[in-house]
Amino acid sequence: MSTLFQTVKGKIPNIKILNRHSGKDETEDTVRLIKMSRLEKESGSDATANADGQVQTVECPNCHAAYPKKKLRDALYVCPDCGYHYPMPPEKRVRSLVDEGSFKIFRYQLPEIDPLQFEGYCEKKQGLREKTKAEEAVLTGVGTIDGRKAVIAVMNSKFLMGSMGIAVGELVTLAIEYADKNKLPLVIFAASGGARMQEGILSLMQMAKTSAAMERFRERGGLYIAVLTHPTTGGVSASFAGLGDITLAEPGALIGFAGPRVIEQTIGQKLPEGFQRAEYLETHGFVDQVVPRNQMRQVISQILMLHEV
Amino acid sequence: MDSIDERIDQVLASGEKISPMDKVLLARHLSRPKINEYIDALFTDFFEQKGDRLGKEDASIFGGIALFHGMPVTVLGHRKGSDLNESVKYNFGMPGPEGYRKALRMMEQAEKFGRPIITFIDTPGAYPGIEAEMYGQSQAIAENLAVMSRLKVPVISIVTGEGSSGGALAIGVANRVFMLENAVYSILSPEGFASILWQDSSKKEQASKLMKLTAEDLFGFGVIDGIVNEPAGGVHRNPKAVYDALDRLLTQELKTLKGKSSSELAKSRYQKFRKMDDLYLRTDK
Repeated sequence: MSTLFQTVKGKIPNIKILNRHSGKDETEDTVRLIKMSRLEKESGSDATANADGQVQTVECPNCHAAYPKKKLRDALYVCPDCGYHYPMPPEKRVRSLVDEGSFKIFRYQLPEIDPLQFEGYCEKKQGLREKTKAEEAVLTGVGTIDGRKAVIAVMNSKFLMGSMGIAVGELVTLAIEYADKNKLPLVIFAASGGARMQEGILSLMQMAKTSAAMERFRERGGLYIAVLTHPTTGGVSASFAGLGDITLAEPGALIGFAGPRVIEQTIGQKLPEGFQRAEYLETHGFVDQVVPRNQMRQVISQILMLHEV
Repeated sequence: MDSIDERIDQVLASGEKISPMDKVLLARHLSRPKINEYIDALFTDFFEQKGDRLGKEDASIFGGIALFHGMPVTVLGHRKGSDLNESVKYNFGMPGPEGYRKALRMMEQAEKFGRPIITFIDTPGAYPGIEAEMYGQSQAIAENLAVMSRLKVPVISIVTGEGSSGGALAIGVANRVFMLENAVYSILSPEGFASILWQDSSKKEQASKLMKLTAEDLFGFGVIDGIVNEPAGGVHRNPKAVYDALDRLLTQELKTLKGKSSSELAKSRYQKFRKMDDLYLRTDK
């Protein structure tokens, strides 16, 4: 801490004041881009069969229809019977959007972050990295959609609820800055329970960091398409996800600041059917269009085309 | 005297430090000065401004234009009550989107007229209610964060009591952020933290320790720029001492900030939040 801060004492009695000084050029990035690695074509080895050769089946949590996992995957993780939108793995999301072979993932050098020294937090992240093959709760990169280049960020609700700590805030901010520097449009798929509890107040500060970066980008003429997927709540909905020039949402996605349970506890009554769902936000003026997943690529492509000069 | 005051007396007599949970209770103390008292003590000629100009007025955000030693400023913040009736009237200091839009309107107007902005933070959080969600709580907070980051006038924030969640930060993107000694500033309340992580809000004591939410903690993280000491046992036992300290603090800070150009002010505020967590992102440490 002592290298970053200087304490100025004695100027005013009863008040401790800190004057921040940075020895570095302020445009210098703390986090370095190591490489951009190509998102490979889907390999055939993505098993949908058990070790004993049995076909894996899944049951829709909404309509309880059962079908082979492969059928669900081929339908972009949308229930073929009722249209329920399952969470979609970020890499599969990207493949469903971009021109094949065009996407390059940003790989940054990030340290292990644990400001509260929260018991079990690092181990939990490590376990998730092994299980999900994801470094953190957001995947960022650049690719083309029908030949139009865009920066794309996809949050991962399976990684600590897609919560935003320092790393997620930084990766989102770096994606915004990359789009700004390279004059590219930006598409962010939000999916998050909000700010990450395990990093305390510094998670909260990511709301200011990402929103400020987004405001700069917007002011300089950058196009930002926010896609709100299930769930987009708390500190993410109330920061960069709430600032889209164009805001899309996936059917049935829960979108809001406070979670339904907290609201019910506060007001002491049940919430109306469909409250805080994508369709509710569309009728209340906060979403341009609710777009089913199988039309998402086409709609985003159209929006990019409409912003070409 | 309140039971919390009695306990603090015991703590003080024993020479121990006040625990984080006791600081949370002190920060919520009904007798703690509220924004209207700070405005009365620190400013003159206060003119209250109401309404979001979109059809709503939110009494849990209080503010307007005033003079600070002859200098016009915009002053605003969360309003809590000093008794139960008042607390209900001000919705316990929990704004809806209309409150944040009202604050934003005042801040943009301050920018137009070149007035420095001083915000007082004291809230359990943004209000979690049906109407608040229906009218865009998220969007209102996000917009405040975005716009505050680029304001071309000096912005100073002081956390006087409870600074909880995005509902606090929504008026806290400032060039300089200070906390009173017994104020707390956190991602959410210790009760909420315990409820989310352990499904048990009664573990608030444990949560309050873990969360690192005291002024000392935040000073250590580099999230705030300074701490204003309180009289032993809390500001409510002798508010005048804190008013005097704040008067000197604001005088000095405004003098420094007024010497900067408008673009410098916006740029340094942006950098403050951009690089706040720098230490934790370095791989060369």
